[in-house]
Amino acid sequence: MNKENKASAAKEKIKKEPLFHIAKRAPLPFWKSAMIRVIAVLLALVVCAVVCYILGEGKVNPLELFSKLFEGNFETERKIWRTLKDIAVLLCISLAVTPAFKMRFWNIGAEGQVLVSCLASVACVYYLGSSLPNGVLLLCMFGAALVTGILWAVLPAIFKAKWNTNETLFTLMMNYIATSLVSFFLIIWTPDGSSSLKEFQIGQLPVVYNQYLLLVIIVALLTVGMYIYLKYSKQGYEIAVVGESQKTACYIGISVKKVIVRTMIVSGALCGLAGFLIVSALDHSVTTNTVGGRGFTAIMVSWLGKFNPFIMVLTSFLIVFLEHGAQEVSSDFPAINSAFPSIITGIILFFIIGCEFFVNYKLVMRQKEESAK
Amino acid sequence: MMILEYLLSALALGMTFLYGSTGEIITEKAGHLNLGIPGVMCIGAAGGCASLHLMVMAGINIPVVWVVVGLLCAFLSAALAGLLYSFLAVTLQSNQNVTGLVLTTFGVGLMKYIMFGLTDGDGGVPYLKTLSAFRFPFSESTTSLQKCSITALLAVVIALVTSFVLFKTKVGLNLRAVGENPATADAAGINVVGYKYAATCIGSGIAGIGGLSYIMNCSGSREGYLSIEAFGWLAIALVIFALWKPHLSVFGSFLFGLLYIAGSFIPSIIPIAGFKTMWATPLFEMLPYVVTIIVLVISSIKEKKENQPPASLGLSYFREER
Repeated sequence: MNKENKASAAKEKIKKEPLFHIAKRAPLPFWKSAMIRVIAVLLALVVCAVVCYILGEGKVNPLELFSKLFEGNFETERKIWRTLKDIAVLLCISLAVTPAFKMRFWNIGAEGQVLVSCLASVACVYYLGSSLPNGVLLLCMFGAALVTGILWAVLPAIFKAKWNTNETLFTLMMNYIATSLVSFFLIIWTPDGSSSLKEFQIGQLPVVYNQYLLLVIIVALLTVGMYIYLKYSKQGYEIAVVGESQKTACYIGISVKKVIVRTMIVSGALCGLAGFLIVSALDHSVTTNTVGGRGFTAIMVSWLGKFNPFIMVLTSFLIVFLEHGAQEVSSDFPAINSAFPSIITGIILFFIIGCEFFVNYKLVMRQKEESAK
Repeated sequence: MMILEYLLSALALGMTFLYGSTGEIITEKAGHLNLGIPGVMCIGAAGGCASLHLMVMAGINIPVVWVVVGLLCAFLSAALAGLLYSFLAVTLQSNQNVTGLVLTTFGVGLMKYIMFGLTDGDGGVPYLKTLSAFRFPFSESTTSLQKCSITALLAVVIALVTSFVLFKTKVGLNLRAVGENPATADAAGINVVGYKYAATCIGSGIAGIGGLSYIMNCSGSREGYLSIEAFGWLAIALVIFALWKPHLSVFGSFLFGLLYIAGSFIPSIIPIAGFKTMWATPLFEMLPYVVTIIVLVISSIKEKKENQPPASLGLSYFREER
């Protein structure tokens, strides 16, 4: 009797398939996947409006929130240029990490790579600034930034290639070494103990129209260049193959180790360029917060942009847009404080990350009982 | 005397890392590199402080209740953050690195937002009234001994229990199987998704207690919350340093604590000629990371199986994929 019961219970269990299961879906047409992402962003904005309403204790009109988002970015010409500048810097770092990511080399050390290049550029100005003409000094800064950027990137790559050392953890640690180095040199360079370096007047990139235009042009060229490199060059193809499957790469005669090291040299060099641009075109100084987390944000930009430089322009715009907009909101509504931007950015990114699932997978509902038992 | 002070401060600070790294080890053993740990620790701190704030404002005056409810709320709020992470990374198969980084951004922002708001209106900070309860039984001490209280001891207990569960019980064996090779574990009838969820949530919860413990026990001031994020990253470094073993992490956390605050103690204990005291802080702060890299490199060169990261660390598991 007992046995029978158990058997029938087991049968019952087998009959009951789960309500749905997850299956991979064939690649969606572009407009469909774009639709899913747009819907996700819209949903996220609705959630943000609700959050804002609650945090603002009911005094913030959600519609006003959206107009503030635009005001924060486009209200005046100065704000537009500020938006463009921030997009350019973020995009530059994102372009730098993209080749490595496409290779599935999880380089989360862009923060440190850029920071240490900033430090190297500033060091050139500090030690050589008085004895060299501006043009030569700029070249020196650029060279130093490239070398240190490459050094910071290639160390983890060599160990990865040779001994399969976990690159995520290695590059993460390198970030903090860079930060400590910066605070060390700041102490040495500022004898008064203030630990903040004055903006220097030499070693600046020439001003074309305004301070930002040259930067924007350089990054725009870089975007096109990176697209061509990844899509049409032999090296770009090798990166894609190694990213898809290292075994395939071995089989068709690509030296995986060589590709890893070479790609990280490219990646580190671009981080060096980003550091050089930040110092010579924008900050003319360095602090431990010069990169300000953009090395990490760049990872999200690159990943959300599917490693396609042109889509990355959009994703970096989205992130900068949100940040500036949310800053405007928090400065205009006293009930909302300055930590608000990262909350909004976080919520929207959660939605975008989540929606990728619906682009790549589908839910298959349980089929109706096929035939009578 | 200075040396004793140094050791005790290092021990107290190290316990913050220990909470974080124990939590991260549990998560990583399930194959999830949760880079959201700094954010999770922040959320735990915020949740705990918010509950203390509410209790003090409501006039509840029982120290035991403060400690228990505070730690519980820290655990729960951080576990909720872990749940969010696992929903995205396990169920929705999203990229673990990206999800973790977003969680850190979000968590740090959320904590700052909440901590700004936790005042009684005229500059007072109600939750700091519960300080002595968290520093039991040494709250009367005037030296750094006051920071080595039960909340610090709890970290060691949790780490040792975790080690026991991971390496001596069947649950731990299953969990490690999930982290090494989820497909095999699945075939062996282990509920992979369940283990991943449970490990991430419990791990996050433990890390969250670390956040609260730092503010209440170690820092003891309102500004304490500003440095939690940095400690979160150190906790991730400590995981590597301890070779994914919580019992080693107990010693590792003490060492990291020693190194982290060495800059402010060593020069006054051992004067070195020509060495400026001010230089010391950043150089010593760099050491834990350098040591971690060396350990990481050596363990990967030696290729001893039990000292490696879990084999499927960082990879999503999708059953139908081959």
